[in-house]
Amino acid sequence: MSTLYNELKKDIRFEEGLKACINCGTCTAICAASEFYDYDPRVIVDTVQTRDEQKIEELLKSETIWYCGECMSCKTRCPRGNTPGLVIMALRALSQEKGYFVESEKGRQQLFMKRVVGGWILKYGYCLYLEGIGTDMYAEQGPVWDWCQKNWPEVMERLGANYKGDGPGILRKIPEEALDEIREIFKVTGGDERFEKIEHFSKEKAKELNLEFGEGTDNEYFSHIFSHNSNKHNKG
Amino acid sequence: MIIEGKQAIWKEYQKEIADDKYFYVRSCVRQNFFPGSETAFLQIMREDLGKDVFEHSCHTTCTGIGYHGDVVPLDTMMTVVARQFALMTESGYENLVPSCITSFGIYTEVLDTWHHFPETEEKVRTYLKKATGREFQIPKNLAHASDLIYKFRKEIAQKAQYKLIDTNTGIPLKAVEHIGCHYAKMFPSKGIGGAEYPYVLSGMIEEWGGEVIDYPERRHCCGFGFRQYLVQANRGYSMSCSHKKFESMEPYHPDLILTNCPGCPMFLDKWQYAIHEMQGKSYGRNGEGIPVLTYEELAGLVLGYDPWDLGLQLHQVPCETLLDKMGIPFDPAKKYCGKNGKDLGHPACNPFEQKKMLTFKD
Repeated sequence: MSTLYNELKKDIRFEEGLKACINCGTCTAICAASEFYDYDPRVIVDTVQTRDEQKIEELLKSETIWYCGECMSCKTRCPRGNTPGLVIMALRALSQEKGYFVESEKGRQQLFMKRVVGGWILKYGYCLYLEGIGTDMYAEQGPVWDWCQKNWPEVMERLGANYKGDGPGILRKIPEEALDEIREIFKVTGGDERFEKIEHFSKEKAKELNLEFGEGTDNEYFSHIFSHNSNKHNKG
Repeated sequence: MIIEGKQAIWKEYQKEIADDKYFYVRSCVRQNFFPGSETAFLQIMREDLGKDVFEHSCHTTCTGIGYHGDVVPLDTMMTVVARQFALMTESGYENLVPSCITSFGIYTEVLDTWHHFPETEEKVRTYLKKATGREFQIPKNLAHASDLIYKFRKEIAQKAQYKLIDTNTGIPLKAVEHIGCHYAKMFPSKGIGGAEYPYVLSGMIEEWGGEVIDYPERRHCCGFGFRQYLVQANRGYSMSCSHKKFESMEPYHPDLILTNCPGCPMFLDKWQYAIHEMQGKSYGRNGEGIPVLTYEELAGLVLGYDPWDLGLQLHQVPCETLLDKMGIPFDPAKKYCGKNGKDLGHPACNPFEQKKMLTFKD
Protein backbone atom coordinates (compact mmCIF):
# COMPACT_ATOMS: atom_id res chain seq x y z
CA MET A 1 0.00 0.00 0.00
CA SER A 2 1.37 3.41 -0.93
CA THR A 3 2.27 6.08 1.59
CA LEU A 4 0.23 8.74 -0.17
CA TYR A 5 -2.80 6.46 -0.27
CA ASN A 6 -2.40 5.82 3.45
CA GLU A 7 -2.25 9.54 4.09
CA LEU A 8 -5.44 10.03 2.09
CA LYS A 9 -7.09 7.30 4.13
CA LYS A 10 -6.45 9.32 7.29
CA ASP A 11 -8.79 12.04 5.99
CA ILE A 12 -12.34 11.29 7.12
CA ARG A 13 -13.70 12.91 3.96
CA PHE A 14 -11.83 10.32 1.94
CA GLU A 15 -13.33 7.53 4.08
CA GLU A 16 -16.79 9.03 3.67
CA GLY A 17 -16.34 9.92 0.01
CA LEU A 18 -14.98 6.65 -1.39
CA LYS A 19 -16.38 3.29 -0.51
CA ALA A 20 -16.38 1.19 -3.68
CA CYS A 21 -16.55 2.91 -7.04
CA ILE A 22 -18.00 0.93 -9.95
CA ASN A 23 -16.72 3.43 -12.51
CA CYS A 24 -20.18 4.06 -13.97
CA GLY A 25 -19.48 7.75 -14.68
CA THR A 26 -22.69 9.11 -13.18
CA CYS A 27 -20.62 11.67 -11.25
CA THR A 28 -19.10 12.93 -14.49
CA ALA A 29 -22.51 13.14 -16.14
CA ILE A 30 -23.92 15.36 -13.37
CA CYS A 31 -20.71 17.36 -12.76
CA ALA A 32 -20.89 21.13 -13.36
CA ALA A 33 -17.08 21.33 -13.67
CA SER A 34 -17.02 18.59 -16.33
CA GLU A 35 -19.13 20.76 -18.60
CA PHE A 36 -16.62 23.57 -18.48
CA TYR A 37 -13.20 22.05 -17.85
CA ASP A 38 -11.50 19.04 -19.36
CA TYR A 39 -12.42 17.24 -16.17
CA ASP A 40 -13.62 13.78 -15.28
CA PRO A 41 -14.22 12.91 -11.60
CA ARG A 42 -14.69 9.24 -12.55
CA VAL A 43 -11.07 9.10 -13.74
CA ILE A 44 -9.84 10.78 -10.55
CA VAL A 45 -11.60 8.23 -8.35
CA ASP A 46 -10.31 5.45 -10.62
CA THR A 47 -6.73 6.72 -10.30
CA VAL A 48 -6.95 6.92 -6.52
CA GLN A 49 -8.34 3.38 -6.37
CA THR A 50 -5.23 2.03 -8.12
CA ARG A 51 -3.27 2.97 -4.96
CA ASP A 52 -0.33 3.55 -7.30
CA GLU A 53 2.10 5.89 -5.53
CA GLN A 54 3.39 7.53 -8.70
CA LYS A 55 -0.06 8.04 -10.19
CA ILE A 56 -1.37 9.58 -6.98
CA GLU A 57 1.64 11.89 -6.77
CA GLU A 58 1.00 13.00 -10.36
CA LEU A 59 -2.62 13.65 -9.43
CA LEU A 60 -1.59 15.77 -6.44
CA LYS A 61 0.62 17.87 -8.74
CA SER A 62 -1.98 18.11 -11.50
CA GLU A 63 -4.35 20.83 -12.66
CA THR A 64 -7.32 18.47 -12.62
CA ILE A 65 -7.90 18.29 -8.85
CA TRP A 66 -8.46 22.07 -8.81
CA TYR A 67 -11.30 22.08 -11.37
CA CYS A 68 -14.06 20.90 -9.02
CA GLY A 69 -16.46 23.61 -7.73
CA GLU A 70 -17.48 21.55 -4.67
CA CYS A 71 -21.18 21.88 -5.52
CA MET A 72 -21.44 18.24 -4.40
CA SER A 73 -23.98 17.32 -7.07
CA CYS A 74 -22.03 14.04 -7.34
CA LYS A 75 -23.06 13.13 -3.78
CA THR A 76 -26.75 13.07 -4.69
CA ARG A 77 -26.39 10.91 -7.78
CA CYS A 78 -23.70 8.31 -7.08
CA PRO A 79 -25.47 4.91 -7.03
CA ARG A 80 -22.87 3.62 -4.56
CA GLY A 81 -23.03 6.50 -2.09
CA ASN A 82 -19.60 7.88 -2.95
CA THR A 83 -18.76 11.58 -3.11
CA PRO A 84 -15.97 12.40 -5.56
CA GLY A 85 -16.19 16.01 -4.29
CA LEU A 86 -15.07 14.83 -0.86
CA VAL A 87 -12.25 12.81 -2.43
CA ILE A 88 -11.18 16.05 -4.14
CA MET A 89 -11.15 17.87 -0.79
CA ALA A 90 -8.89 15.19 0.67
CA LEU A 91 -6.59 15.35 -2.39
CA ARG A 92 -6.38 19.13 -2.20
CA ALA A 93 -5.56 19.00 1.51
CA LEU A 94 -2.74 16.51 0.89
CA SER A 95 -1.47 18.45 -2.13
CA GLN A 96 -1.05 21.50 0.10
CA GLU A 97 0.44 19.46 2.93
CA LYS A 98 3.13 18.09 0.59
CA GLY A 99 3.68 21.34 -1.29
CA TYR A 100 2.62 19.77 -4.59
CA PHE A 101 -0.09 22.39 -5.23
CA VAL A 102 2.45 24.90 -6.58
CA GLU A 103 3.27 22.53 -9.47
CA SER A 104 0.01 23.45 -11.24
CA GLU A 105 -1.31 26.78 -12.49
CA LYS A 106 -4.67 26.24 -10.75
CA GLY A 107 -3.09 24.91 -7.56
CA ARG A 108 -0.89 28.00 -7.20
CA GLN A 109 -4.10 30.03 -6.80
CA GLN A 110 -4.36 28.72 -3.23
CA LEU A 111 -2.18 31.64 -2.17
CA PHE A 112 -4.99 33.96 -3.27
CA MET A 113 -7.56 32.00 -1.26
CA LYS A 114 -5.28 31.97 1.79
CA ARG A 115 -4.36 35.65 1.73
CA VAL A 116 -7.78 37.02 0.79
CA VAL A 117 -10.43 34.74 2.33
CA GLY A 118 -8.10 33.45 5.07
CA GLY A 119 -6.98 37.01 5.74
CA TRP A 120 -10.54 38.30 6.12
CA ILE A 121 -11.43 35.45 8.50
CA LEU A 122 -8.53 36.17 10.85
CA LYS A 123 -8.66 39.97 10.59
CA TYR A 124 -12.43 40.59 10.63
CA GLY A 125 -14.16 37.30 11.47
CA TYR A 126 -15.93 37.19 8.10
CA CYS A 127 -15.20 35.10 4.98
CA LEU A 128 -16.00 38.16 2.89
CA TYR A 129 -15.43 41.77 3.85
CA LEU A 130 -16.09 43.69 0.69
CA GLU A 131 -15.79 47.42 1.25
CA GLY A 132 -13.14 48.54 -1.24
CA ILE A 133 -13.42 45.44 -3.44
CA GLY A 134 -14.42 47.06 -6.69
CA THR A 135 -15.17 46.40 -10.33
CA ASP A 136 -11.46 46.71 -11.17
CA MET A 137 -11.09 43.16 -9.80
CA TYR A 138 -14.68 42.00 -10.33
CA ALA A 139 -15.94 43.78 -13.47
CA GLU A 140 -19.17 41.79 -13.63
CA GLN A 141 -20.35 43.42 -10.40
CA GLY A 142 -21.43 46.37 -12.54
CA PRO A 143 -22.41 50.01 -12.02
CA VAL A 144 -24.80 49.40 -9.11
CA TRP A 145 -21.91 47.81 -7.18
CA ASP A 146 -19.73 50.82 -8.03
CA TRP A 147 -22.42 53.08 -6.55
CA CYS A 148 -22.69 50.81 -3.55
CA GLN A 149 -18.91 50.89 -3.00
CA LYS A 150 -18.86 54.70 -3.28
CA ASN A 151 -21.51 54.97 -0.55
CA TRP A 152 -20.78 51.80 1.45
CA PRO A 153 -21.39 53.04 5.06
CA GLU A 154 -24.51 54.98 4.02
CA VAL A 155 -25.94 52.06 2.01
CA MET A 156 -25.33 49.73 4.94
CA GLU A 157 -26.97 52.18 7.35
CA ARG A 158 -29.97 52.58 5.02
CA LEU A 159 -30.52 48.80 5.03
CA GLY A 160 -30.34 48.35 8.77
CA ALA A 161 -26.72 47.19 9.13
CA ASN A 162 -24.58 47.90 12.17
CA TYR A 163 -21.47 48.47 10.04
CA LYS A 164 -18.34 48.45 12.21
CA GLY A 165 -20.58 49.02 15.25
CA ASP A 166 -20.63 47.38 18.67
CA GLY A 167 -23.25 44.75 19.56
CA PRO A 168 -25.11 42.46 17.16
CA GLY A 169 -26.06 43.23 13.58
CA ILE A 170 -24.98 43.12 9.96
CA LEU A 171 -21.21 43.56 9.40
CA ARG A 172 -20.77 44.60 13.05
CA LYS A 173 -17.27 44.89 14.41
CA ILE A 174 -16.63 41.44 15.82
CA PRO A 175 -15.08 42.00 19.29
CA GLU A 176 -11.33 41.51 19.53
CA GLU A 177 -11.73 38.80 22.19
CA ALA A 178 -13.90 36.80 19.76
CA LEU A 179 -11.31 37.22 17.00
CA ASP A 180 -8.60 36.10 19.44
CA GLU A 181 -10.57 32.90 20.02
CA ILE A 182 -10.80 32.27 16.27
CA ARG A 183 -7.04 32.88 15.92
CA GLU A 184 -6.35 30.48 18.78
CA ILE A 185 -8.58 27.85 17.14
CA PHE A 186 -6.52 28.22 13.94
CA LYS A 187 -3.35 27.78 15.98
CA VAL A 188 -4.55 24.70 17.88
CA THR A 189 -6.24 22.86 15.01
CA GLY A 190 -3.69 23.18 12.20
CA GLY A 191 -5.20 26.17 10.42
CA ASP A 192 -2.08 28.29 10.96
CA GLU A 193 0.13 25.42 9.84
CA ARG A 194 -1.83 25.09 6.57
CA PHE A 195 -1.50 28.83 5.97
CA GLU A 196 2.24 28.76 6.65
CA LYS A 197 2.76 25.88 4.23
CA ILE A 198 0.86 27.70 1.48
CA GLU A 199 3.06 30.77 2.03
CA HIS A 200 6.29 28.75 2.20
CA PHE A 201 5.78 26.69 -0.95
CA SER A 202 4.41 29.70 -2.87
CA LYS A 203 7.53 31.71 -2.04
CA GLU A 204 9.76 28.89 -3.27
CA LYS A 205 7.79 28.63 -6.48
CA ALA A 206 7.90 32.37 -7.09
CA LYS A 207 11.70 32.19 -6.87
CA GLU A 208 11.75 29.34 -9.37
CA LEU A 209 9.46 31.25 -11.76
CA ASN A 210 11.51 34.40 -11.27
CA LEU A 211 8.47 36.40 -10.15
CA GLU A 212 8.64 39.06 -7.44
CA PHE A 213 7.09 37.77 -4.20
CA GLY A 214 5.94 39.93 -1.32
CA GLU A 215 3.35 40.19 1.40
CA GLY A 216 -0.23 41.21 0.65
CA THR A 217 -1.80 41.46 -2.78
CA ASP A 218 0.43 44.00 -4.50
CA ASN A 219 3.23 41.88 -5.92
CA GLU A 220 4.02 40.17 -9.20
CA TYR A 221 3.45 36.55 -8.12
CA PHE A 222 0.09 37.32 -6.49
CA SER A 223 -1.18 39.29 -9.52
CA HIS A 224 0.00 36.46 -11.77
CA ILE A 225 -1.82 33.67 -9.95
CA PHE A 226 -5.01 35.76 -9.72
CA SER A 227 -5.32 36.57 -13.39
CA HIS A 228 -3.14 34.21 -15.43
CA ASN A 229 -5.03 31.68 -17.54
CA SER A 230 -3.06 29.53 -19.96
CA ASN A 231 -6.36 28.52 -21.56
CA LYS A 232 -5.27 24.90 -21.57
CA HIS A 233 -7.98 23.75 -19.19
CA ASN A 234 -11.07 23.44 -21.31
CA LYS A 235 -12.30 20.80 -23.69
CA GLY A 236 -11.04 21.33 -27.20
CA MET B 1 -55.42 3.99 -1.05
CA ILE B 2 -53.69 3.16 2.22
CA ILE B 3 -53.08 6.58 3.74
CA GLU B 4 -50.55 5.33 6.30
CA GLY B 5 -48.41 3.89 3.52
CA LYS B 6 -48.52 7.12 1.58
CA GLN B 7 -47.58 9.13 4.66
CA ALA B 8 -44.69 6.77 5.36
CA ILE B 9 -43.36 7.16 1.81
CA TRP B 10 -43.36 10.97 1.99
CA LYS B 11 -42.08 11.19 5.57
CA GLU B 12 -38.45 11.14 4.46
CA TYR B 13 -39.08 14.24 2.34
CA GLN B 14 -40.42 16.21 5.29
CA LYS B 15 -38.43 18.01 7.91
CA GLU B 16 -38.95 18.91 11.54
CA ILE B 17 -38.57 22.63 12.13
CA ALA B 18 -38.71 24.14 15.63
CA ASP B 19 -41.65 26.45 16.44
CA ASP B 20 -39.80 29.20 18.28
CA LYS B 21 -36.64 30.31 20.15
CA TYR B 22 -34.01 30.41 17.46
CA PHE B 23 -30.29 31.20 17.63
CA TYR B 24 -29.52 33.08 14.41
CA VAL B 25 -26.11 33.02 12.72
CA ARG B 26 -25.52 35.44 9.87
CA SER B 27 -24.20 34.90 6.37
CA CYS B 28 -20.98 36.54 5.17
CA VAL B 29 -22.28 36.75 1.59
CA ARG B 30 -25.76 37.98 2.51
CA GLN B 31 -24.41 40.69 4.85
CA ASN B 32 -22.21 42.09 2.08
CA PHE B 33 -24.56 41.76 -0.89
CA PHE B 34 -28.09 41.62 0.55
CA PRO B 35 -28.06 43.31 3.98
CA GLY B 36 -31.71 44.30 3.57
CA SER B 37 -32.64 40.61 3.39
CA GLU B 38 -31.25 39.80 6.84
CA THR B 39 -32.86 42.95 8.27
CA ALA B 40 -36.19 41.91 6.74
CA PHE B 41 -35.88 38.33 7.97
CA LEU B 42 -35.49 39.42 11.58
CA GLN B 43 -38.32 41.94 11.27
CA ILE B 44 -40.66 39.32 9.77
CA MET B 45 -39.80 36.71 12.39
CA ARG B 46 -39.88 39.03 15.39
CA GLU B 47 -42.51 41.63 14.52
CA ASP B 48 -44.84 39.95 12.03
CA LEU B 49 -44.69 36.45 13.48
CA GLY B 50 -43.82 37.24 17.12
CA LYS B 51 -40.94 34.77 17.35
CA ASP B 52 -37.87 34.85 19.59
CA VAL B 53 -34.76 35.06 17.39
CA PHE B 54 -31.50 35.77 19.20
CA GLU B 55 -28.21 36.92 17.71
CA HIS B 56 -24.93 36.83 19.65
CA SER B 57 -22.57 39.69 18.80
CA CYS B 58 -19.52 37.39 19.19
CA HIS B 59 -20.50 34.84 16.55
CA THR B 60 -18.33 34.78 13.43
CA THR B 61 -18.08 33.24 10.01
CA CYS B 62 -18.31 29.44 9.97
CA THR B 63 -15.23 29.65 7.65
CA GLY B 64 -17.35 28.04 4.89
CA ILE B 65 -15.82 29.78 1.88
CA GLY B 66 -12.35 29.11 3.27
CA TYR B 67 -13.24 25.46 3.92
CA HIS B 68 -14.69 24.91 0.44
CA GLY B 69 -11.83 26.98 -0.97
CA ASP B 70 -9.65 24.30 0.70
CA VAL B 71 -7.45 26.65 2.72
CA VAL B 72 -9.22 26.01 6.04
CA PRO B 73 -8.66 22.45 7.34
CA LEU B 74 -11.56 20.25 8.44
CA ASP B 75 -10.57 20.28 12.13
CA THR B 76 -10.34 24.09 12.11
CA MET B 77 -13.76 24.47 10.49
CA MET B 78 -15.33 21.98 12.91
CA THR B 79 -13.90 23.78 15.94
CA VAL B 80 -15.14 27.19 14.72
CA VAL B 81 -18.57 25.60 14.26
CA ALA B 82 -18.32 24.12 17.77
CA ARG B 83 -17.67 27.64 19.07
CA GLN B 84 -20.92 28.83 17.47
CA PHE B 85 -22.68 25.91 19.23
CA ALA B 86 -21.06 27.02 22.50
CA LEU B 87 -22.39 30.58 22.09
CA MET B 88 -25.84 29.12 21.41
CA THR B 89 -25.64 26.89 24.50
CA GLU B 90 -24.40 29.72 26.72
CA SER B 91 -27.25 31.93 25.49
CA GLY B 92 -29.84 29.32 26.48
CA TYR B 93 -30.94 28.32 22.96
CA GLU B 94 -31.20 24.92 21.28
CA ASN B 95 -32.41 25.67 17.76
CA LEU B 96 -29.77 26.88 15.34
CA VAL B 97 -30.79 28.93 12.28
CA PRO B 98 -28.08 29.86 9.76
CA SER B 99 -28.76 32.54 7.16
CA CYS B 100 -26.39 30.89 4.68
CA ILE B 101 -26.73 27.70 2.66
CA THR B 102 -22.97 27.06 2.69
CA SER B 103 -23.13 27.35 6.50
CA PHE B 104 -26.22 25.13 6.63
CA GLY B 105 -24.32 22.51 4.62
CA ILE B 106 -21.31 22.88 6.90
CA TYR B 107 -23.31 22.51 10.12
CA THR B 108 -25.06 19.49 8.63
CA GLU B 109 -21.73 17.98 7.55
CA VAL B 110 -20.21 18.51 11.00
CA LEU B 111 -23.18 16.90 12.80
CA ASP B 112 -23.16 13.99 10.33
CA THR B 113 -19.39 13.52 10.76
CA TRP B 114 -19.71 13.49 14.55
CA HIS B 115 -22.57 11.02 14.29
CA HIS B 116 -20.59 8.57 12.15
CA PHE B 117 -17.20 9.21 13.74
CA PRO B 118 -17.84 10.03 17.44
CA GLU B 119 -14.10 10.30 18.06
CA THR B 120 -14.05 13.45 15.88
CA GLU B 121 -16.57 15.14 18.18
CA GLU B 122 -14.41 14.32 21.18
CA LYS B 123 -11.34 15.68 19.41
CA VAL B 124 -13.16 18.94 18.57
CA ARG B 125 -14.43 19.29 22.15
CA THR B 126 -10.80 19.06 23.30
CA TYR B 127 -9.64 21.60 20.72
CA LEU B 128 -12.40 24.06 21.64
CA LYS B 129 -11.74 23.75 25.36
CA LYS B 130 -8.03 24.28 24.81
CA ALA B 131 -8.46 27.26 22.48
CA THR B 132 -11.37 29.04 24.18
CA GLY B 133 -12.28 27.26 27.42
CA ARG B 134 -15.80 26.77 26.02
CA GLU B 135 -18.12 23.75 26.03
CA PHE B 136 -21.26 23.14 24.02
CA GLN B 137 -24.43 21.16 23.44
CA ILE B 138 -25.33 19.92 19.98
CA PRO B 139 -28.36 21.82 18.58
CA LYS B 140 -31.67 20.03 18.98
CA ASN B 141 -32.92 21.47 15.73
CA LEU B 142 -31.05 22.82 12.71
CA ALA B 143 -33.04 24.75 10.11
CA HIS B 144 -31.98 27.16 7.40
CA ALA B 145 -33.61 30.60 7.67
CA SER B 146 -35.69 29.81 4.56
CA ASP B 147 -37.06 26.72 6.31
CA LEU B 148 -38.64 29.08 8.86
CA ILE B 149 -40.19 31.31 6.19
CA TYR B 150 -41.49 28.11 4.55
CA LYS B 151 -42.89 26.87 7.87
CA PHE B 152 -44.74 30.14 8.39
CA ARG B 153 -45.68 30.71 4.74
CA LYS B 154 -49.41 30.35 5.45
CA GLU B 155 -49.27 32.92 8.28
CA ILE B 156 -47.43 35.26 5.90
CA ALA B 157 -50.10 34.62 3.23
CA GLN B 158 -52.80 35.56 5.74
CA LYS B 159 -51.08 38.92 6.31
CA ALA B 160 -50.29 39.43 2.63
CA GLN B 161 -50.67 42.90 1.15
CA TYR B 162 -49.62 41.73 -2.31
CA LYS B 163 -49.59 38.43 -4.12
CA LEU B 164 -47.58 36.81 -6.88
CA ILE B 165 -50.39 37.59 -9.28
CA ASP B 166 -50.27 39.93 -12.25
CA THR B 167 -52.68 42.65 -11.16
CA ASN B 168 -53.32 43.59 -14.80
CA THR B 169 -54.43 40.14 -15.91
CA GLY B 170 -55.22 38.24 -12.71
CA ILE B 171 -52.88 35.47 -13.88
CA PRO B 172 -50.34 33.93 -11.43
CA LEU B 173 -46.80 35.16 -12.02
CA LYS B 174 -44.34 32.58 -13.27
CA ALA B 175 -41.40 31.91 -10.97
CA VAL B 176 -38.34 29.72 -11.35
CA GLU B 177 -36.67 28.73 -8.10
CA HIS B 178 -33.06 27.90 -7.32
CA ILE B 179 -32.47 26.24 -3.95
CA GLY B 180 -28.65 26.23 -3.92
CA CYS B 181 -26.55 23.07 -4.11
CA HIS B 182 -25.60 22.74 -0.45
CA TYR B 183 -29.19 22.92 0.78
CA ALA B 184 -30.11 19.32 -0.06
CA LYS B 185 -27.68 17.77 -2.54
CA MET B 186 -25.27 16.65 0.18
CA PHE B 187 -27.77 15.62 2.84
CA PRO B 188 -31.16 15.23 1.13
CA SER B 189 -33.00 14.27 4.32
CA LYS B 190 -32.13 17.64 5.87
CA GLY B 191 -33.93 19.74 3.23
CA ILE B 192 -37.67 20.14 2.76
CA GLY B 193 -38.57 17.81 -0.09
CA GLY B 194 -35.04 16.38 -0.20
CA ALA B 195 -32.92 16.57 -3.32
CA GLU B 196 -35.61 15.03 -5.51
CA TYR B 197 -38.62 17.21 -4.62
CA PRO B 198 -37.18 20.39 -3.07
CA TYR B 199 -40.17 22.35 -1.89
CA VAL B 200 -38.78 25.07 0.36
CA LEU B 201 -39.11 27.83 -2.25
CA SER B 202 -41.87 26.24 -4.35
CA GLY B 203 -44.04 26.11 -1.24
CA MET B 204 -43.63 29.86 -0.73
CA ILE B 205 -44.34 30.67 -4.39
CA GLU B 206 -47.48 28.55 -4.50
CA GLU B 207 -48.77 29.79 -1.14
CA TRP B 208 -48.32 33.41 -2.19
CA GLY B 209 -50.20 33.01 -5.47
CA GLY B 210 -47.48 32.30 -8.03
CA GLU B 211 -46.87 29.44 -10.43
CA VAL B 212 -43.65 27.41 -10.21
CA ILE B 213 -42.05 26.78 -13.59
CA ASP B 214 -39.99 23.67 -14.15
CA TYR B 215 -37.16 23.88 -16.66
CA PRO B 216 -34.41 21.49 -17.73
CA GLU B 217 -31.48 23.02 -15.82
CA ARG B 218 -33.47 23.83 -12.68
CA ARG B 219 -31.03 22.00 -10.41
CA HIS B 220 -27.76 23.04 -12.10
CA CYS B 221 -25.30 24.98 -9.94
CA CYS B 222 -25.30 28.81 -10.19
CA GLY B 223 -21.54 28.55 -10.64
CA PHE B 224 -20.03 29.94 -7.45
CA GLY B 225 -17.60 27.06 -7.10
CA PHE B 226 -15.75 29.03 -4.37
CA ARG B 227 -12.24 29.28 -5.95
CA GLN B 228 -13.93 29.17 -9.39
CA TYR B 229 -15.53 32.58 -8.93
CA LEU B 230 -13.18 34.29 -6.50
CA VAL B 231 -10.06 33.85 -8.65
CA GLN B 232 -10.32 35.94 -11.80
CA ALA B 233 -8.65 33.35 -14.03
CA ASN B 234 -11.36 30.80 -13.22
CA ARG B 235 -14.40 33.01 -13.56
CA GLY B 236 -15.52 31.58 -16.90
CA TYR B 237 -16.64 28.50 -14.95
CA SER B 238 -19.00 30.60 -12.87
CA MET B 239 -20.42 32.55 -15.78
CA SER B 240 -20.94 29.46 -17.95
CA CYS B 241 -22.97 27.74 -15.22
CA SER B 242 -25.32 30.71 -14.86
CA HIS B 243 -25.45 31.07 -18.66
CA LYS B 244 -26.58 27.47 -18.99
CA LYS B 245 -29.42 28.13 -16.58
CA PHE B 246 -30.54 31.36 -18.26
CA GLU B 247 -30.61 29.72 -21.71
CA SER B 248 -32.63 26.85 -20.24
CA MET B 249 -35.20 29.00 -18.43
CA GLU B 250 -35.61 31.68 -21.11
CA PRO B 251 -38.24 29.85 -23.24
CA TYR B 252 -40.57 29.69 -20.22
CA HIS B 253 -40.59 33.50 -19.77
CA PRO B 254 -40.27 33.59 -15.99
CA ASP B 255 -41.36 36.78 -14.23
CA LEU B 256 -38.80 36.23 -11.50
CA ILE B 257 -36.07 33.95 -10.18
CA LEU B 258 -36.40 33.09 -6.47
CA THR B 259 -33.30 31.99 -4.57
CA ASN B 260 -32.39 30.28 -1.31
CA CYS B 261 -28.61 30.64 -0.98
CA PRO B 262 -27.04 34.09 -0.40
CA GLY B 263 -24.55 33.70 -3.26
CA CYS B 264 -26.86 32.40 -6.00
CA PRO B 265 -28.96 35.59 -6.32
CA MET B 266 -25.78 37.64 -6.67
CA PHE B 267 -24.49 35.42 -9.50
CA LEU B 268 -27.84 35.09 -11.26
CA ASP B 269 -28.20 38.89 -11.06
CA LYS B 270 -24.67 40.00 -11.99
CA TRP B 271 -24.04 37.42 -14.71
CA GLN B 272 -27.18 38.62 -16.53
CA TYR B 273 -25.56 42.05 -16.60
CA ALA B 274 -22.18 40.70 -17.72
CA ILE B 275 -23.70 38.54 -20.49
CA HIS B 276 -25.63 41.59 -21.68
CA GLU B 277 -22.43 43.64 -21.76
CA MET B 278 -20.53 40.94 -23.62
CA GLN B 279 -23.16 39.71 -26.06
CA GLY B 280 -26.05 42.20 -25.92
CA LYS B 281 -28.25 39.35 -24.82
CA SER B 282 -31.01 39.81 -22.24
CA TYR B 283 -33.21 37.05 -20.90
CA GLY B 284 -36.34 38.97 -19.90
CA ARG B 285 -38.95 40.50 -22.17
CA ASN B 286 -38.38 43.84 -23.97
CA GLY B 287 -34.64 43.74 -23.51
CA GLU B 288 -34.87 43.59 -19.74
CA GLY B 289 -33.30 41.11 -17.37
CA ILE B 290 -35.19 38.63 -15.20
CA PRO B 291 -35.49 40.03 -11.65
CA VAL B 292 -33.77 37.84 -9.07
CA LEU B 293 -35.08 37.87 -5.50
CA THR B 294 -34.02 36.39 -2.20
CA TYR B 295 -36.81 34.61 -0.29
CA GLU B 296 -36.63 37.32 2.40
CA GLU B 297 -37.17 40.01 -0.23
CA LEU B 298 -40.17 38.17 -1.66
CA ALA B 299 -41.69 37.58 1.80
CA GLY B 300 -41.13 41.28 2.56
CA LEU B 301 -42.81 42.40 -0.67
CA VAL B 302 -45.78 40.10 0.00
CA LEU B 303 -46.09 41.62 3.50
CA GLY B 304 -46.04 45.15 2.08
CA TYR B 305 -42.49 46.23 3.00
CA ASP B 306 -41.05 49.13 1.00
CA PRO B 307 -38.89 47.71 -1.85
CA TRP B 308 -36.06 50.12 -1.01
CA ASP B 309 -36.15 49.05 2.68
CA LEU B 310 -35.60 45.51 1.40
CA GLY B 311 -32.59 46.60 -0.65
CA LEU B 312 -33.90 45.93 -4.18
CA GLN B 313 -31.86 48.96 -5.28
CA LEU B 314 -28.70 46.84 -4.86
CA HIS B 315 -29.75 44.51 -7.66
CA GLN B 316 -28.12 45.06 -11.04
CA VAL B 317 -31.24 43.74 -12.80
CA PRO B 318 -34.00 46.22 -11.92
CA CYS B 319 -37.07 44.77 -10.17
CA GLU B 320 -39.54 47.55 -11.06
CA THR B 321 -41.34 45.50 -13.75
CA LEU B 322 -42.08 42.84 -11.14
CA LEU B 323 -43.28 45.47 -8.65
CA ASP B 324 -45.59 46.88 -11.32
CA LYS B 325 -47.01 43.44 -12.08
CA MET B 326 -47.66 42.77 -8.38
CA GLY B 327 -49.24 46.21 -8.00
CA ILE B 328 -46.67 47.32 -5.42
CA PRO B 329 -46.30 51.11 -5.23
CA PHE B 330 -42.76 52.54 -5.05
CA ASP B 331 -41.12 55.92 -5.26
CA PRO B 332 -38.40 55.92 -7.96
CA ALA B 333 -36.95 59.14 -6.52
CA LYS B 334 -36.13 57.37 -3.25
CA LYS B 335 -34.46 54.33 -4.84
CA TYR B 336 -30.87 55.37 -4.27
CA CYS B 337 -31.35 57.50 -1.15
CA GLY B 338 -29.62 56.92 2.16
CA LYS B 339 -31.23 57.02 5.58
CA ASN B 340 -33.74 59.86 6.03
CA GLY B 341 -33.72 60.54 2.30
CA LYS B 342 -30.03 61.56 2.11
CA ASP B 343 -28.93 62.02 -1.51
CA LEU B 344 -26.35 59.38 -2.43
CA GLY B 345 -26.29 60.09 -6.17
CA HIS B 346 -27.09 57.16 -8.43
CA PRO B 347 -25.28 54.42 -10.37
CA ALA B 348 -23.89 55.05 -13.83
CA CYS B 349 -26.11 53.93 -16.70
CA ASN B 350 -27.82 50.60 -16.22
CA PRO B 351 -28.04 48.76 -19.55
CA PHE B 352 -31.36 47.13 -18.67
CA GLU B 353 -33.01 50.43 -17.72
CA GLN B 354 -31.55 52.06 -20.83
CA LYS B 355 -33.01 49.32 -23.03
CA LYS B 356 -36.39 49.75 -21.39
CA MET B 357 -36.37 53.48 -22.09
CA LEU B 358 -35.45 52.85 -25.73
CA THR B 359 -38.27 50.31 -26.00
CA PHE B 360 -40.77 52.80 -24.63
CA LYS B 361 -39.54 55.48 -27.06
CA ASP B 362 -39.76 53.12 -30.02
